[in-house]
Amino acid sequence: MVALQHAATAAEGGAFAPILPTLILLLPLAGALINGAGAFLWKDNRSIPGLVGPAAAIGAFGIVLANFIGWIQADPGGAIIVPLYTWMASGGLHVGVDLQFDQLSLLMMMIITGVGSLIHVYSVGYMRADPGYSRYFSYLNLFIFFMLVLVLGSSFPVMFVGWEGVGLCSYLLIGFWYENKEFASAGKKAFIVNRVGDFGFLVAMFLLFVHFGTLDFVPLLAAAPEVLIFGGSVVTVATLMLFLGCAGKSAQIPLYVWLPDAMAGPTPVSALIHAATMVTAGVYLVARVGVLFALAPVTQALVAAVGAGTALLAATIATRQYDIKKVLAYSTVSQLGYMFLAVGVGAFTAGIFHLMTHAFFKALLFLGSGAVIHAMHEAYHATHAHDDPNDMRNHGGLRRFMPITWATMWIGTLAISGVFPLAGFFSKDEIVWSAGSYGYPLLWIVSLVVAVLTAAYMTRLMVLTFHGENRSGKGVAEHLREVPAVMWIPVAVLALLSVVGGWINIPAALPLPDVAWLHHWLEPVMEPARHVMAQQGFQAAHVSPIGGGEALWAGLATAIAIATVVLTFRALVHKRYAAAADSAAPTGLGGILYNKWYVDELYDRIIVRPLIALWRACWQVVDVRLIDGSVNGLAGTGKIAGWAMSLLQTGRVATYLTVFVAGAILILGTILL
Amino acid sequence: MALDHGNLALLLGAFLFGVGVCGVLLRRNAIIVFMSIELMLNAVNLTLVAFSTSLGIEAQVFVFFILAVAAAEAAVGLAIIISVFRHYELVDIDRVNLLKW
Repeated sequence: MVALQHAATAAEGGAFAPILPTLILLLPLAGALINGAGAFLWKDNRSIPGLVGPAAAIGAFGIVLANFIGWIQADPGGAIIVPLYTWMASGGLHVGVDLQFDQLSLLMMMIITGVGSLIHVYSVGYMRADPGYSRYFSYLNLFIFFMLVLVLGSSFPVMFVGWEGVGLCSYLLIGFWYENKEFASAGKKAFIVNRVGDFGFLVAMFLLFVHFGTLDFVPLLAAAPEVLIFGGSVVTVATLMLFLGCAGKSAQIPLYVWLPDAMAGPTPVSALIHAATMVTAGVYLVARVGVLFALAPVTQALVAAVGAGTALLAATIATRQYDIKKVLAYSTVSQLGYMFLAVGVGAFTAGIFHLMTHAFFKALLFLGSGAVIHAMHEAYHATHAHDDPNDMRNHGGLRRFMPITWATMWIGTLAISGVFPLAGFFSKDEIVWSAGSYGYPLLWIVSLVVAVLTAAYMTRLMVLTFHGENRSGKGVAEHLREVPAVMWIPVAVLALLSVVGGWINIPAALPLPDVAWLHHWLEPVMEPARHVMAQQGFQAAHVSPIGGGEALWAGLATAIAIATVVLTFRALVHKRYAAAADSAAPTGLGGILYNKWYVDELYDRIIVRPLIALWRACWQVVDVRLIDGSVNGLAGTGKIAGWAMSLLQTGRVATYLTVFVAGAILILGTILL
Repeated sequence: MALDHGNLALLLGAFLFGVGVCGVLLRRNAIIVFMSIELMLNAVNLTLVAFSTSLGIEAQVFVFFILAVAAAEAAVGLAIIISVFRHYELVDIDRVNLLKW
C-alpha cells in the first residue's frame, strides 16, 4: 500500500479560482427546500414553484457558464480542488467533501445545468395542471443538486453520495404519480435494480482504498500506473465491480430492465434523468477513472462487448414498441450502449462526446414526445375519451396540428440517425470508427447494424406519430393544439443544439475545418489513460477492418442513415394502422420484439420467483414454525402451569383457612422444634 | 413449673386460642367464624398481658394496638357479612365461593 498525500494538484497554466463554487450546489438545494416547503405551505400556488424551480437551475447554469468561460480564459491545465470540509477522518482514511473543477466536470455541469434549465422551463408548461406542481419542482431541483455533487465530487465517497442521491430522485420522480400502483412499482424496480449496481460500486471502492490508501481521484489516478500491474487481478476486479455499478445506473445488460419501466414518470423527467444526465453517470465514471480501465484490458473488452450487445438488443426492441416513450427509452438504452462501446474500446472522448450530443437530441425527442402526449391528453380530456395518449397507434397525422413539434422532432430524429451535419453524425461516427480502428471488427459491424436500426425505429416513430391519417378517434382531432411557447421554445433551443452540437469536434479526416475542440479540451483528463493504452500497444489503425479510411466510412455511414430514413419512411407512410383499441397483439418475431425478448419474464422466472419462494420459505418455516413456535411454546407452557396452579384456588374460605392454619403450625413447628 | 397466676393466664390464653382455631376451621356460619377470630385475637391479648410481667410494659402497649385493629376488622368484617347476607340470604361460607379463578 502506498500512502498518498491528500493535496490539490498544483495549477500548471494560468491562475483560476472557481467562481462561487458552493453556490452552484446551494442554488438547486435551496430551490428544492423552498419548493419542498411549498408542497405543504402553498399547495395550490402555481407561480412560486414555477419561478423558484427554473430560477434555481438557470442560476446554477449561469455560475457554471461563468466558470466555464473563466477556465477557458485562464486555462489552468490540471484539476482544481475546492475543499469544503472534512467528512471522515479515521486512521488512514481521510475523506473531504471537496469539489473538483476540471475540464470533464465543467463540461458535465454545462450539460446538466444547461439541458436541466431548459427542461425546468418546459416543465412549467407540462406540469401546469398537476396537483403536485411544487413537489415536482422540489424533486427536480434536488436531482440537479445531487447530479452536480456526482460530477463535482473529488473522491469516490462524495461521488457515491451524488450517485445515490440521483437514484433517490429518480425513484421519487418515476413514482411521482404514486396513486397508480404500477407507476409506484416501476419506481421500486428502478431502485432495487440499482442496488445491485451500487454493491459493485462499493466493493470497488473498498478494494481501491486497500491498495491506494486514498479515495481521492487526483492522487489515486496519478499513482495508479505504478501501484497496479497492467491486467492484474486487483485492477480487473475493481474495474469489473465499478462497471457493475455503471451497468445499473446507465442501464446496460443485464441491469437495463428498469429504464423502460422508468417511463412511468412525467415526460420531462424522462428527458432529464432517464435520457440526458443521470443514466450517463456510468459513462462519466468510466471516463473519470479511465486510467484504471485502461489498465484492465479484460474489463475494457467486456465493457465494449456489453455496450455493443446492449445497443443491439435495445435497438431491436425499439423497432416494435407502440408506446412513444418506450421507443425512446429503448433508444436511450441503445445509445448508452454506444457510449460504453466507445469508452470500452478506449475512445473515452468519443464516449463523452456522444454523451453530450445524446443529451441534446434525446432530451429534444423526449420533450417533443411530451408535447405530443400533452396535446393528446388535453384533446382526450376535452372529449372525455379514455384512450392511451402515449400509444402511437392512436396518433397519426399530428403534423397538421403541431407543426413546430413535428419539425423539431424531425431534427432530433435525423440527429440520432447520424445524418450529416447534425450532432449525432459526428459523435456516432467517431464511436463506430473507433470500434473499427481499435481492432474490434465484430463490434464495429454491430455498431453499424445498430445505426441502421436506429434510423429505422426513429423514422417509424415519426411516421406513426406525425404522418398518415389521424387515428385519435371521433371528435378528438379538432381539440388537438400546438403546445404553448413555454414548452416549444426549450425544444427549439435543443433542436438548435442538436444541429450545431457536433461541430465542436470534427475529425481531421473529413474534408471540413478541423475543429478538434473537445479532444483538446478533454486531453488533460484523458491523457493518462491514453498514455497507458499507448504504452501497451493499443493504437488506432487508419483503416477499417475491411479497408477504407475514416472519411470514406463517415460518408458511407451518413449515406446508409439517409437511405434507411428514406426507405423506412416510404415503406411505412402509406401503410394503414388500426387504433390501439382495434389492434391485435403482434405475433411471430414482431411479437417477440414487442414483448422485449421476454427478458422481464425470464428475470421473473430465474430471479424474482425463486427469491419470493425463498422468502416465503423463510416466513413459513423459519419465522412461523421456528421462531413463533418457540415463543408461543414458552407462552403455552406458562399458561398450562398457571391453569394447574389455579386449581388450588377453590374459592371456599374454609379451605383457605385450613391451609393457612396448617401453614402457620408448620412454620411455628419448624421454628420451635 | 409452678401454677401461678401468670402461668394460668398463659394456659387460658392458649386454650382460648385453640377454641378459636377450632371454631374457624370447623364452623360454617360466617358469624361464628368471625366470633372465633375475635376469640383468637383476645386470646393473644391475654397472652401478651400475661407476658408483660416478665417482658415489661411494651407487651401491654401491643394489646392496645390489637384492640384497635380488632375494632376496625370487626367493622369491615361485619359489613362484608351483611352485604353477603343481603345478596345470598345466607351466611354459610361453604356456599359463598366466588373468590376463585
